[in-house]
Amino acid sequence: MPEITYLDAIREALFEEMERDADVFCMGEDIGAYGGAFKVTEGLQAKYGEQRVIDTPISEIGIVGAAAGAAHMGMRPIVEMQFIDFIANAYDMLTNYVATARYRAFLPCPMVVRGPSGGYVRGGPFHSQNPEAGFVHTPGLKVVYPATAADAKGLFKSAIRDDDCVLFFEHKYLYRRIKEEMPAGDHLVPIGKARTAREGSDLSIITYAATVWKSLEAAEQLEKDDGLSVEVIDLRSLSPLDDDAIIATVRKTNRVLIVHEDTRTGGVAGEIAARINEHCFEWLDAPVWRVTAHDVPLPYAPQLEDFVLPQTADIVSVARRLAAY
Amino acid sequence: MKERRKETGGRSSNGAGRGTQAAPGRRVPSSNLFPSSLLSRDQLLELYYWMRLTRTLEERLVALYRQTKVVGGLFRSLGQEADAVGSAYALERRDILSPLIRNLGSMLVKGARPVEILKQYMAKADSPTRGRELNIHFGDTDRGFVGQISPLGDMVPVMAGVTLSFRMRREDRVGLVYVGDGATSTGAFHEGINFAAVQRCPLVVIVENNGYAYSTPTSRQTAALSFVDKAVGYGIPGVRADGNDVLATYDVTKTAVDRARSGGGVTLVELMTYRRKGHAEHDNQSYVPAGEIERWERENDPIDRYSKRLLDEFDFDGRQLGAVDVRVRDEVDAATDEAEKAAPPQALDALEGIYADPPRAQPHWYRERNGVVTSHERPEGWGTFTATTKADA
Repeated sequence: MPEITYLDAIREALFEEMERDADVFCMGEDIGAYGGAFKVTEGLQAKYGEQRVIDTPISEIGIVGAAAGAAHMGMRPIVEMQFIDFIANAYDMLTNYVATARYRAFLPCPMVVRGPSGGYVRGGPFHSQNPEAGFVHTPGLKVVYPATAADAKGLFKSAIRDDDCVLFFEHKYLYRRIKEEMPAGDHLVPIGKARTAREGSDLSIITYAATVWKSLEAAEQLEKDDGLSVEVIDLRSLSPLDDDAIIATVRKTNRVLIVHEDTRTGGVAGEIAARINEHCFEWLDAPVWRVTAHDVPLPYAPQLEDFVLPQTADIVSVARRLAAY
Repeated sequence: MKERRKETGGRSSNGAGRGTQAAPGRRVPSSNLFPSSLLSRDQLLELYYWMRLTRTLEERLVALYRQTKVVGGLFRSLGQEADAVGSAYALERRDILSPLIRNLGSMLVKGARPVEILKQYMAKADSPTRGRELNIHFGDTDRGFVGQISPLGDMVPVMAGVTLSFRMRREDRVGLVYVGDGATSTGAFHEGINFAAVQRCPLVVIVENNGYAYSTPTSRQTAALSFVDKAVGYGIPGVRADGNDVLATYDVTKTAVDRARSGGGVTLVELMTYRRKGHAEHDNQSYVPAGEIERWERENDPIDRYSKRLLDEFDFDGRQLGAVDVRVRDEVDAATDEAEKAAPPQALDALEGIYADPPRAQPHWYRERNGVVTSHERPEGWGTFTATTKADA
């Protein structure tokens, strides 16, 4: 089996699920004839037709709402946000309508909202965001954010088959920068299960998405330069969070650094730190620290973006201090 | 605006004919052009039944509200029963409608039962939403209505999707979504109707123009002369009718439903009516010009108007209508007895069914039945929570 990119892994999952289930269909802006802004849906309309790969007006409320309606009737819609930043337009529809539908009205909403997310790409304030925290905060939604190509494929397939709405964040920095061989067969990664990206015993880095790779780089460097054994936990799913995996790594290393690319205040790291405090405070030998973006809109200039976003050097520096605490 | 609304009665037109319609109370004679001319005498009487049931049920709810048996607010559709009932009556059983807060009548026509409404308002365990939602916010896709939410306009995109699925699966089904005059100002309304129009979804969008969105009059809602004018911008037909004439409402909706069913796409229907009560029962309507409500009550009550027509034009006699009134009262009495006896929900049900998987959320440890968590594990040597013990350990 040849190695394929993160982007092609998502694309492969789309083709497999469209083939497997006639109720699966796609909606989004420029996803059909054009194949999407990043070409995730390239070739999909040619194969499955305009009925199942629908080019929509620029209407995030409209297409998310329409997906919910179709999902109520038994379809399994996949909605593309051209950039995940635009999901803010559909915030009401997702949080007030979709997230509550099963609870308040017993209406199933099996749908996926997916889109290119994240920075490190000089995309500026509206093509770089990581808006996952607001949705992690919303009961009724599931949120996943894979870091590897195999997880992207396996989580996407699980999301499509899930009976509730799953927000599938794709990191655009990773789209064409990483590749790997796909596991054979019908590859599914369960939602809600973290992955140990690297085993270690001195301290744990809990992270997800693009910063998994920066954390792995940092771990490598810390081992080489400081002789530290660093464990890296890739959460993969943010809602539900894998409490068991978080607690297990805290008990194992007793020192935790949480790293995410999203801004700091109200970010997922705060929630993880609170859970650690509630579940395994007594196992900690040091405070839980965070490496995150600064609390600013993401600027365009490389000098500015690189300063705002977490870098490998930040992770190394904070981890070093944490190990010495 | 108010005066013009009053003058716009009778049959629908395609925008151009506005103002040429018969005044309320003066019926344009039935002809074969109108779907309502095909209604049987039983059906004509059934329309009366649904309108009377709507009103009597709401009157009962007012009594229960004053007895504090209604847990939350109470929303009336007094004076709007004709537009709710007449439009819903134009659907087939397999079709799906999305009601708004003044569409109790539409839901009853679609199979919602009075006891469900009462239990819902009284927040009972076996109410349609098990105490999770308020008032008439509930649905049942098997019977053909979906539960609304409070953010207005949101149901338009949702119904665009419901009807998109009908089209994709080649099902012979139509959707109907209600919005008020206020919801037409939302982005969701615009995005939903535009999406449905482009996709030629089998959808009817009804704007119930009742003059007010909470306290805001239509003149503060839009600079357009009428809501039906918006149809042009979406490239769809728009029609306007007297929403206080149940047969006119039926006719205009049935025509739109038939168009949707035959592949003709979306129609925007504006039904002219008037909200005689406040936004909810607590609202004192201080913003309404003096005499306006009384005038509508006196001159343009939809049930009075329809009763008169049944007697004068369709040769029903008063005893037939009286028998319906008695039947309705008996049904509402029985439903009230049943609803009052029903139990409130068990608190832990609040944690059920947020997701299909996991099926329930866990209560916080301080809310667990046995008090505080006893299984909180600590490393060896951690006897208590105190810092001294930690230092000693």
